[in-house]
Amino acid sequence: MSDYAQIEKELLVRPLTARINAKLPVDIASYEATGGYRAIRQAIKELSPADVQTRVKDSNLRGRGGAGFPTGVKWGLVPMGPDAGSKYLVCNADEMEPNTFKDRLLMEDAPHQLIEGMLVAAYAIQATAGYIFLRGEYVKSAQRLNAALAEARAAGLLGDNILGSGWSFTLIVHTGAGRYICGEETALINSLEGRRANPRAKPPFPQIAGAWGRPTVVNNVESLSNLAHIINNGADWFKGLSQGKSKDGGTKLYGASGRVKRGGIYELPIGTTAREILEEHAGGMRDGYTLKCWLPGGASTDFLMPEHLDLAMDFDTIAKAGSRMGTGLILALDQTHNMVSAVRNLEEFFARESCGWCTPCRDGLPWSVKMLRALEEGRGSAEDIVQLQKLTRLLGPGKTFCAHAPGAMEPLQSALKFFRSEFEAGIAQTPAPAAAGAPATGAASAKVA
Amino acid sequence: MTDTVIKDTVIKLADLVGQPAAKAEPFVLSDAEKHEIEHELTHFPDGRAASIEALKIVQKHRGWVPDGALEPVAQLIGITAAELEGVATFYSQIYRKPVGRHVVKVCDSITCFLVGFDEIKAALEQQLGIGFGQTTADGRFTLLPICCIGACDKGPALMVDDDLHYDLTPQNLATVLEAYK
Ligand SMILES: Cc1cc2nc3c(=O)[nH]c(=O)nc-3n(C[C@H](O)[C@H](O)[C@H](O)COP(=O)(O)O)c2cc1C
Ligand code: SF4
Repeated sequence: MSDYAQIEKELLVRPLTARINAKLPVDIASYEATGGYRAIRQAIKELSPADVQTRVKDSNLRGRGGAGFPTGVKWGLVPMGPDAGSKYLVCNADEMEPNTFKDRLLMEDAPHQLIEGMLVAAYAIQATAGYIFLRGEYVKSAQRLNAALAEARAAGLLGDNILGSGWSFTLIVHTGAGRYICGEETALINSLEGRRANPRAKPPFPQIAGAWGRPTVVNNVESLSNLAHIINNGADWFKGLSQGKSKDGGTKLYGASGRVKRGGIYELPIGTTAREILEEHAGGMRDGYTLKCWLPGGASTDFLMPEHLDLAMDFDTIAKAGSRMGTGLILALDQTHNMVSAVRNLEEFFARESCGWCTPCRDGLPWSVKMLRALEEGRGSAEDIVQLQKLTRLLGPGKTFCAHAPGAMEPLQSALKFFRSEFEAGIAQTPAPAAAGAPATGAASAKVA
Repeated sequence: MTDTVIKDTVIKLADLVGQPAAKAEPFVLSDAEKHEIEHELTHFPDGRAASIEALKIVQKHRGWVPDGALEPVAQLIGITAAELEGVATFYSQIYRKPVGRHVVKVCDSITCFLVGFDEIKAALEQQLGIGFGQTTADGRFTLLPICCIGACDKGPALMVDDDLHYDLTPQNLATVLEAYK
């Protein structure tokens, strides 16, 4: 049986990982033998850029970078027409959100799928140049992508007058030099321009004035990797992939880590419940460990509790429960974990990675770390908890220049809500300082906010 | 007594603002560095965009980016040395001080933290005899923290130079480090 016959059906169920799971080679020959680069050939021959935009809009694809913005709608802001001039497409491959490791898989093991997705997106917005903004530590991703780009160039799929269409598009990998904030799309644009990665004010939105002042679309690796499949199989097929579990379209790369039996990445219909992800696909908690709480999709999402496990993992449902799906990779915490320590670690990360542009974030985050450390070491005060609670408002949405600080407040505010007694256990007992080792109070009893 | 203190203080302040540049080594970009940076310039609409890549090129050749590199690199890409310094100090993977032959970057983000980062850190500090931000006396290793390196299902994880290592335990660390001379 040819490789294609073997995975043809699977490509319709798990489009993003069918080739990866079949362990096919990552080169262009294997990709084309399994239907690769058919979508961009068809788009160029039969579809106008507007047609491609409409198809993606109709597919209900929402951005997989964490915010869930509808991809087709995002593109809709880009000025079109023969006089629009140079425009850029940037792939956000900065993947530095703690507990996120899905884009790495797509870049290492399916580089041509991403490149074809970028071609589709670039054609839809008539971009003239593209950049894959890749974090510097993903060395294997860079190697695989550069090899694949060379193959695509040699095949006439990139460069001048692609496939005789008259449309030209160049694409290169740009590797970063650290700093989580580079993943924020306007900071990313500054970094791409060779500047410090401070975010920019919006509006103007990047689609109007982005890189070098030109219209620019920034999309996540996973969002882009879906596009060729949408062109091949249509918007209705993509919508149907969620099997009625969500009104969003497509599959999602979910993940699980922490002390689960089989951590990893699983491509499932978007809207699959967290319980199915954790219990079936990750095999549940390792023996001797019970689930205490979980982060649905990265450091900048609110903790959820075991009673939330039956929620559909999609953007709207998780938002209604008071958190965010974020990147959709679940981190399971167990009974051995202390919430004050966990949140201290998270806030240390956010404090270190703050770009320093605005005061609440630059000064507020280190302050929160100081108080959390005091509580962690049993030398905190009741006032610390009051201040921490205040910070969740003062660094919240609308109070800072970008979403970094509000994101940092999400795990803190939810930990204070669900596990207040663990914070209170860190208050120094004045008469007997030895009480620093006070037994952690039952977390479960403090669940109700 | 008071005089000495004042004199010491003056010297320290002068050091801080980098006054007597007596110690600064003359810096010349090598042909290879120049050539690679010039090649980078072809990828972007303007020279500034090559700034990070240019710093990485210098670092690749020398292990770190000395102050003296800023002026010639800035000239080559067409921005001021002050602007380039702003970039050089922003990005965590551009080293502004000499580092060891190998840089050990230990993931200290939440997932690794929850599955054993503290034990790995303690074992590293004990085996290497240094803390984060320090270099071993023989110049072999520099130890640094790094944020999530995307190996969350296999933590604790770290990188040595460009290589990823995961499923670490305090016991298997020595074997990992052994390969780096
Ligand atoms: C602090 C911060 C870091 C971010 N890091 C990333 C990242 O590493 N990768 C990513 O795709 N999006 C990241 N985002 C989201 C991007 O700003 C942007 O929403 C996303 O790249 C858009 O792509 P999408 O529409 O395809 O989801 C980050 C946002 C913030 C506020
Ligand atoms: S919120 Fe933080 S990361 Fe965002 S602009 Fe302000 S200081 Fe920078």
